[in-house]
Amino acid sequence: MGFLKDKVALVTGAARGIGRAIALRLADEGAHTALCDLRKEWVEETAAEVARRGCRAEIYEVDVSQAAQVQACVDAALAAFGRLDILVNNAGITKDGFLARMSEADWDAVLNVNLKGAFLFTKAASKPMIRQRSGVIVNVASIIGLIGNAGQCNYAASKAGLIALTKSTAKELASRNIRANAVAPGFIQTAMTDKLPEDVRRKMLEVTPLGRFGQPEDVANVVAFLASDASAYVTGQVITVCGGMVMA
Amino acid sequence: MSLEEKVKEIIVEQLGVNAEQVKPEASFIEDLGADSLDTVELVMAFEEEFRAEIPDEDAEKLTTVGAVIEYLKSKGFDKQLEENKSSNG
Repeated sequence: MGFLKDKVALVTGAARGIGRAIALRLADEGAHTALCDLRKEWVEETAAEVARRGCRAEIYEVDVSQAAQVQACVDAALAAFGRLDILVNNAGITKDGFLARMSEADWDAVLNVNLKGAFLFTKAASKPMIRQRSGVIVNVASIIGLIGNAGQCNYAASKAGLIALTKSTAKELASRNIRANAVAPGFIQTAMTDKLPEDVRRKMLEVTPLGRFGQPEDVANVVAFLASDASAYVTGQVITVCGGMVMA
Repeated sequence: MSLEEKVKEIIVEQLGVNAEQVKPEASFIEDLGADSLDTVELVMAFEEEFRAEIPDEDAEKLTTVGAVIEYLKSKGFDKQLEENKSSNG
């Protein structure tokens, strides 16, 4: 093991759930991590776990939807680590509601974090990666971005947008040896999905061929693959991690 | 180092061309073999060197070596370079 030894990875939304699992999985492989979330203290536990794995962790308090904060975060991470090899745009929120009753504020909030946040981080990180002539970007999308979902028009649009951002980034930066891919998790057991009602959860399970909910580590394993040289010839792709719920 | 020399140095480094090719009339894309992303990188390099922010509407006009030099002069960066030189001793 250790196929990401001494790489530097920046992970957004690293406090909990899938983001936390990704940070730890990358650290398992030897990557140092810049950990971002809305509150510094939320990320401290993840940072301690990274450090326990013998890797360096720096934590940054950043609202991913604010351009100046994002740029400052990337600048600070570059100053601390000297380079940036892997960017994982994972920060995401839901504000579910039926389209006919969705407020403009709920639409904007979800698009700003899930899509604009990834754009801002990709923009800021692309400059050092272009200079380095290497880099890997992994965006955490969702199967909802592929198939849509009642009650989640904002979330679905943000994740579909994230997939299109991934493909455009992949095309634009390929000549500089920078790859961009997305993972599209299905039903993963996190605080985000714990909010869903029992009948929804049961229905989800019925349409999942592998017959269980995913764990954050299931997603993190695929992110680690996409962040590594094992996927050197893979760019602009969306890999679903959904127990077979959606098959392309 | 004059502004012209500094600009040429950046272009040589960014595009991997010979200094003799970097004439004022040379077009980055047609004469110096740059692709469109190279031109973005060049603007980033000028911004970094001169600690300037070049707006997109200006950047897209900077297609030749001479255009860059004229633009940076029009923004007073030749004088800034002189001042730095004198303040550095």
